[in-house]
Amino acid sequence: MKARYLAPLGIFVLLVVLLWAGLYLNPREVPSPLIDKPAPEFTLPLLHDAGKQIARKDLLGQVTLLNVWASWCDACREEHPLLVELARSGQVPIYGLNYKDAREDALRWLNGLGNPYVASAFDEQGKVGIDYGVYGVPETYVIDREGVIRYKVIGPLTEDSLKNTVLPLIRKLQG
Amino acid sequence: MKSVLAVCLLLCAFSLWAAAPVPQDEKLEARYRALTSELRCLVCQNESIADSHADLAKDLRNQVRAMLEQGKTDQEIMNYLTARYGDFVRFRPPLKPATVALWFGPFVLMALGGGLLVAYMARRRMRVSNAPLSAGEREKLAALLHGAGDEGKG
Amino acid sequence: MIPEIGHFALIIALGVALVQTILPLAGAVRGIPSWMAVARPAARAQFVFLFVAFACLTQAFAANDFSLLYVANNSHSAMPWYYRVTAVWGAHEGSLLLWAFTLSGWMVAVSFFSRNLPQEFVARVLGVMGFVSVGFLLFMLLTSNPFERLLPAAVEGRELNPLLQDFGLIVHPPMLYMGYVGFSVAFSFAIAALLGGKLDAAWARWSRPWTTVAWMFLTIGIALGSWWAYYELGWGGWWFWDPVENASFIPWLMGTALIHSLAVTEKRGGFKSWTVLLAILAFSLSLLGTFLVRSGVLTSVHAFATDPERGLFILLFLGVVVGISLALYAWRAPRVGLGGDFALVSREAMLLGNNVLLAVASASVLLGTLYPLIVDALGLGKISVGPPYFNSIFIPLMTPVIFLMGVGPVARWKQASVPELWTRLRWALMVSVVTALLLPVVMGKWSPLISLGLFMALWIISSSLKNLWDVAGRNGLSGLARGLAAIPRGYYGMLFAHLGVAAFALGVCISGGYSQEKELRMEPGQSVQMAGYNFRFDGVRDVTGPNYQAKEGVVQVSKNGKEIVVMRPQKRVHLVQRDPTTEADIEAGFLRHLYVALGEPVSGEAWSLRLYYKPFVQWIWMGTLLMFFGGLLAATDRRYRLATRRAPDYAAQTALAR
Repeated sequence: MKARYLAPLGIFVLLVVLLWAGLYLNPREVPSPLIDKPAPEFTLPLLHDAGKQIARKDLLGQVTLLNVWASWCDACREEHPLLVELARSGQVPIYGLNYKDAREDALRWLNGLGNPYVASAFDEQGKVGIDYGVYGVPETYVIDREGVIRYKVIGPLTEDSLKNTVLPLIRKLQG
Repeated sequence: MKSVLAVCLLLCAFSLWAAAPVPQDEKLEARYRALTSELRCLVCQNESIADSHADLAKDLRNQVRAMLEQGKTDQEIMNYLTARYGDFVRFRPPLKPATVALWFGPFVLMALGGGLLVAYMARRRMRVSNAPLSAGEREKLAALLHGAGDEGKG
Repeated sequence: MIPEIGHFALIIALGVALVQTILPLAGAVRGIPSWMAVARPAARAQFVFLFVAFACLTQAFAANDFSLLYVANNSHSAMPWYYRVTAVWGAHEGSLLLWAFTLSGWMVAVSFFSRNLPQEFVARVLGVMGFVSVGFLLFMLLTSNPFERLLPAAVEGRELNPLLQDFGLIVHPPMLYMGYVGFSVAFSFAIAALLGGKLDAAWARWSRPWTTVAWMFLTIGIALGSWWAYYELGWGGWWFWDPVENASFIPWLMGTALIHSLAVTEKRGGFKSWTVLLAILAFSLSLLGTFLVRSGVLTSVHAFATDPERGLFILLFLGVVVGISLALYAWRAPRVGLGGDFALVSREAMLLGNNVLLAVASASVLLGTLYPLIVDALGLGKISVGPPYFNSIFIPLMTPVIFLMGVGPVARWKQASVPELWTRLRWALMVSVVTALLLPVVMGKWSPLISLGLFMALWIISSSLKNLWDVAGRNGLSGLARGLAAIPRGYYGMLFAHLGVAAFALGVCISGGYSQEKELRMEPGQSVQMAGYNFRFDGVRDVTGPNYQAKEGVVQVSKNGKEIVVMRPQKRVHLVQRDPTTEADIEAGFLRHLYVALGEPVSGEAWSLRLYYKPFVQWIWMGTLLMFFGGLLAATDRRYRLATRRAPDYAAQTALAR
């Protein structure tokens, strides 16, 4: 008889544990379903040269970072120095996906802040962004030699995330 | 029976005034509206892409419309978006092992509640009918019985 | 200076709350009348100090004191005075102060309207309420101080979110909080009864009006929120099953179960431990709602600025309050006793069924709301649970409840007979079924869902009216007026509340099934037809408001050549927060709404527009008004008002009630 009356308390305790765990999660973050899947195919004009094209195959054969950016994006400005620094160190080639931008604005932005990208693809309509599951800018993908996406950074790169997660992963993939 | 029918017809007549005819040629529009209201806007996150003002929502709406015009089925469109954004983009969670508790939970609870209710009522009847009278109740009973006896005599 | 007074008043209020909690509760345990007597004056003192604090914060907003961080974050000197003043509760810190202030209001009410209650009981009730107040005051003073200074002071404020600069903000939160917080009274009554070890029908009679009033306010609070979202957000929806919306709806469902359960406990002495549990759960769910809204655990458009540290505090508080209550319940409830017997088919059984179903509905909405969190916490990925899910499960759950709503009032207490029920209700059932099947055909579109919705509404109406006839029309038509006058007010309360549910169901069903919408690009001068109305777009012009610039569209609406109304939807850009907001224009009629919203400028002078035709949508909120009115009637029934004048005789009352 007594046990039955303890049921509400028991359920409540479980609820509190769940809520407590919930305080340390981020409900707004959308994990990518493309992790460990081949990076989607794309062919886009280059940002710097509308006549030339860049495609997925150009990323193969080496571990690469694909960084989604735009000149209208404030948070991109935050992470940009880190990218420039990383490019200069030569640890990993960085490709850019210029997302829903105006060519002029994007070029001007890079001229002003530095260009860490081996090449930047110009995704004016954002269609390739959709294929990659981009929902906010900036985002960064770690792609391995065979063109499989291994990790996605949502939001700007930070010193911390670079040092503790991204760089170790890149080194592991590079073998 | 006639009065039942009369009331029904009266109510129907009333409604004619309130409703309006629905046009026939909007199958695609209806599917577009249904689909876009089932998809979550990933930027605002608590609106569907049908209602959201965000740029991404607009792009996704256009994508859905384009795919509808290409003749894709609802399922194909859903799969396309789920492949890119994950299950999070669907407001109706797909039925998988992880969501079985979600979809069946309410009905399990209802059955459980109903079962407990019936069991409780059955047990209760036994307890109430078997409960002995308290001292106060016994006194009252005695008083009533004696009172009735007196009346009977007098 | 004034903000410091306000801050100081909060600190004193905390001290008073501590006294109000400790002395009366200890006094009740140890039987010390002088300690117990502290409860009432302490509650009144707390109200005074919280009033002072609230007034100080309001003054800061009215006077544009941007040296207060909270004011600087949420106000702007160009905002109209009525939005500056209601911005007091526009964000986290101020709304907490509103919570605490509302609680002190309820405490004062309890301190005045409890003359006929035993002192020990009142001491316990106010003591428990004091404990809740301690929690909120501590929370404010430690983590969310509305009087925090900003030095150096800002020159100008960051303005209130434009979506909140609306009449809705003036009415929705106060009404909602009156409801949420009001359940603390029923909660405290339950805890007091458990602490005292005595739970009887008299307790139920005392609890009932308080609970009904709280329920009334919560009903209207939720309804106002829904109405506000409808006209403010620009897409014609009125309920999104958003986590914050659910956070208010879950306690409402539990509260509805509670008022029905109290009816049985009062009349028949039954369901005592179940009623106590419901009272505890209803308020616990209110507290849970507070947690969900402010902790950042769930995503929502409504959520306040989130902060895990604040979330942790509320969770701790929630854990303590609810944990102790449920432990007390587990300890004391088994001794509470049974009450009268009743058969499997009886009014008690149906009310119990209703309660179980409402509790299940409440749990189901909670399950859906928390499920994304469960899945994420277990590392199983991220999913969304949105309107399609909730609509799918809620309707099947509610259908039996609504069916019982028709049968319950007709069934006898203790033992009802199925043949008698059938005789009394078969006419109502047949009318409902036939009309529900035929009506959609006549209205142009038939679907099972529409018929089900219509059936539910018509069933409530026809069975309620039949029951009224049975009760009042015993002496035929000639005696009808006298019969109606003889019915207690409480019965009319039930009648109106149930009819309110029917009106609500009708509104949901018809507007859901027969709405039409068009989203299209229009050039000035272009017309479009929808639902028999002609909408002519006459272009967009610039308009200036007190603190915003707007583009205003002009849409002429006519029917059969006759002009009906000119609608002016706007797209506003406010001074500081420059995200454009959509102000739809609504032509609100009793039988239908016409709803027009501006989209985006397309090219040249063309704009995209959204036009909606929504039949019967007004009935949704009218239904909730009827529910509110029904609650008012029930709470002011003679027996509650008379009881305050009669001399208390608890022993006799409890013996009678058994």
